[in-house]
Amino acid sequence: MTALPPDAPVIEARDLRKEFVVRVRAGRFRRTKRVVGAVDGIDLTVRRGEMIGYIGPNGAGKSTTLKMMTGVLSPSSGEVRVCGLPPVAQRVRLALRIGVVFGQRSQLWWDLPLRDSFDLLRHVYRVPAAEHAARLRRCRAELDLDGFLDIPVRQLSLGQRMRGELTAALLHGPEVLFLDEPTIGLDLVSRQAVRAFLAELGATGDTTLVLTTHDLADIERLCRRLVVIDHGRVVHDGSIEALHARYGSRRRVVADLEEPLAEPPVLPGAPLLRVEADGRRLVFACESATASEVVAGLARLVALRDIAIEEPDIEDVVARLYRAPAPTPAPTPAPAGDVAQGCSITSTAKVPGASAS
Amino acid sequence: MGSVTATVAPPIGRNIIPWFRTFAAITGSGFRRYSTYRQATVAGAFTNTVFGFLRCYVLLAVAAGAGGVAAGYSPAQLATFVWVGQGLLAVVLLWRWTDLADRIRTGEVASDLLRPVHPVVSYLATDLGRAGYALLTRFLPPVLTGLLFFDLVLPSRWQTVPLFVLSVGLAVVICFGCRFLVNATAYWLYDARGAMILWTLSSGVLAGLYFPLRFLPDWAAVPLWLATPFPSLLQTPLDVLVERDGAGIQAGMVGVQVLWAGLILLACRRVQRRAERKLVVQGG
Repeated sequence: MTALPPDAPVIEARDLRKEFVVRVRAGRFRRTKRVVGAVDGIDLTVRRGEMIGYIGPNGAGKSTTLKMMTGVLSPSSGEVRVCGLPPVAQRVRLALRIGVVFGQRSQLWWDLPLRDSFDLLRHVYRVPAAEHAARLRRCRAELDLDGFLDIPVRQLSLGQRMRGELTAALLHGPEVLFLDEPTIGLDLVSRQAVRAFLAELGATGDTTLVLTTHDLADIERLCRRLVVIDHGRVVHDGSIEALHARYGSRRRVVADLEEPLAEPPVLPGAPLLRVEADGRRLVFACESATASEVVAGLARLVALRDIAIEEPDIEDVVARLYRAPAPTPAPTPAPAGDVAQGCSITSTAKVPGASAS
Repeated sequence: MGSVTATVAPPIGRNIIPWFRTFAAITGSGFRRYSTYRQATVAGAFTNTVFGFLRCYVLLAVAAGAGGVAAGYSPAQLATFVWVGQGLLAVVLLWRWTDLADRIRTGEVASDLLRPVHPVVSYLATDLGRAGYALLTRFLPPVLTGLLFFDLVLPSRWQTVPLFVLSVGLAVVICFGCRFLVNATAYWLYDARGAMILWTLSSGVLAGLYFPLRFLPDWAAVPLWLATPFPSLLQTPLDVLVERDGAGIQAGMVGVQVLWAGLILLACRRVQRRAERKLVVQGG
C-alpha cells in the first residue's frame, strides 16, 4: 500500500466529466441517441482530514461524481485521483483504502446478522483480527449496536441498518469515507446519532469525509467546507459563511412591541423586512448595521416587550442557489481558517450554461 | 553511478493463502445465507421428491416399452438417473437465481464493485456455499426416497465415486457461470427476464432434465455435448454415476466439463470487464 505524503491531496479531480447516452423514442420503431451531461467539468482538491459537504439539487451530478471517485463509474473525460490512485483502473486497491455508505442502498448481506457480515468483511478486506476487533468495539460502543448484532439485516429498522452500514464501511480503517445521503429517511434520534458519530470521526483528523446530502443540518453540523454543484458544475466551494456572504444572507432582528405602531421606526443600515401581528412585531435585516446596533436603536425609539436575533437560514440560501444560475462565476477560495485547519482549497467555479453552444 | 530498481514478486504463499481464506469465508457465508430459508428448503425437497416419482414412472414405462433397455440404460440405471438428478437439480441450481440481475437493476451492484474481491470470484464462492448447503438438504431427501422405493444401481468401478464428486463440482461451477452470464445481460438490457426465460427453456431440455440426452440420435447428442455447456450441467454427472459408458468415455466426459468450466469462467470474467467499462449504475 502506497502512503501519500501528509500534505498531498487525498482527492484530486481535474475537469472531470461524465456523459450518458440516452436512447429516446423518435417514432414507432425508431430510437435516437441523446447525450446527457451529468458532470460537466469539475475541479476539486480535498486534503487529508477535511470534511466536505457536497450538495446540489436532484440530478445535479453528486452521486455520479461520487461513483467516479470510488471507481464504480468511468469518467467520460478529465482526471480523478483518490489516495493517489486512478479509481477505475485501480478499483480493487482503492477499495482497501476507502469506505462508502449509500443511504439508499445496502452493502450488507441481507440474509446475515450484522455480526456475521462484519466477520465476513474482516476476511474480504483481510484486516488483522486485533485491528478488526478494536474498530468493532469502538463502533459498538459509539453506535450502540449491541442490541441488534444478531438480527438478520433484513429485519433491522432503517436507523439500525444505517448504523450497521457505517460500521461496515469503517472496519477496514479507510482513509476516505464517502457518504451518499447517509441520513435519508432516518428519524430524528437516529439522525443525531449518525451525525454525532461522524463528527467525532472527523474530529480525529485521520479520515477524510465526503458527504452528499439534501439535509443541510448535516452540513451545518459536520462540514466546514461546502461544495455546491448544479447542472454538473461547481457553483460554490468554500465555507457556509462564505456562501452567506456571497448571497447576501443577513441576520434578522425580530422585535415584539408593547404597543402597535402606526409608523414603524427607520433604522440606518437595517431595512424593515415585514410587519406582523397587527403592527406588534417588526422584522429588520442587519445589512450594514450589526444586530446590537439594531437592538440599541430600537430600544431608544420604541417600548420593547421581547427581542430575538435569527441566524441566516442556510436552506434559503441554497434554495436560491438551486433556483437560479450562480450570480458570479468567480472562484471562491475560502480564506485561511474558513475551512478545516491545515486545509487549502483549489477550486474553479463555473456558471452553468457558460460553455453551452 | 546508476541505480537499479527492481520489483520482486511476493512469495506465492503470501498471496494465495489469504486469497483462499477470503474465498473460504465467502463460501461459508453463502452456506449460512441459504441456510436461513428453512421453509423454502423443506418445500423444495418435497417438490423434487414428488416430481421424482412422476419422472421415474414415465421413464420406467419407456424402458418397458422398449423391451427393458432404453437408449442404453437399464431400468435401475434410469431410476438412478432420475432420483439422483432430482437431488442434483437444486445443487447445480438450474433456475431461479436472479441475484446479480436484481442487483444490476437496483444499482446495488455498485456495492459489489466497491469490495476488494473480483465480483465473479465473490459470486462463485457464495454459490459454492449455497451448493454445499443444497447438497446436505436438497440432494439427500430425493436420493434416499429413490433408494427406498426403487432399485437403484450402485457404482461398480472404483473411480466412479471420485469422478462423480468431481463432475458434480464442475457442474456447479459451469451452471454458476451460465447463470452469471444470463444475469449479466442486465448490464446491457437493464432487465434480464427475456434471457432468463430463454435459459430456463433451453437448460431444461438440453441439460438432460426432461429426458436423458442419450435418447437423441448421436448426430444431435455429440455436437450438443461438445459444443454447448448444457449436458455438462446434469447429464454428465448422472451418466458418470450410472456408468452408462466405458471407463474411457466416463473420464472423457469429465474432461469436457473441465474445459467448459474454464471457458465459462473466462467468459464471465470477460463479460464482467466489458460490463464494468460501460457500466451505468441505475438510480441516483
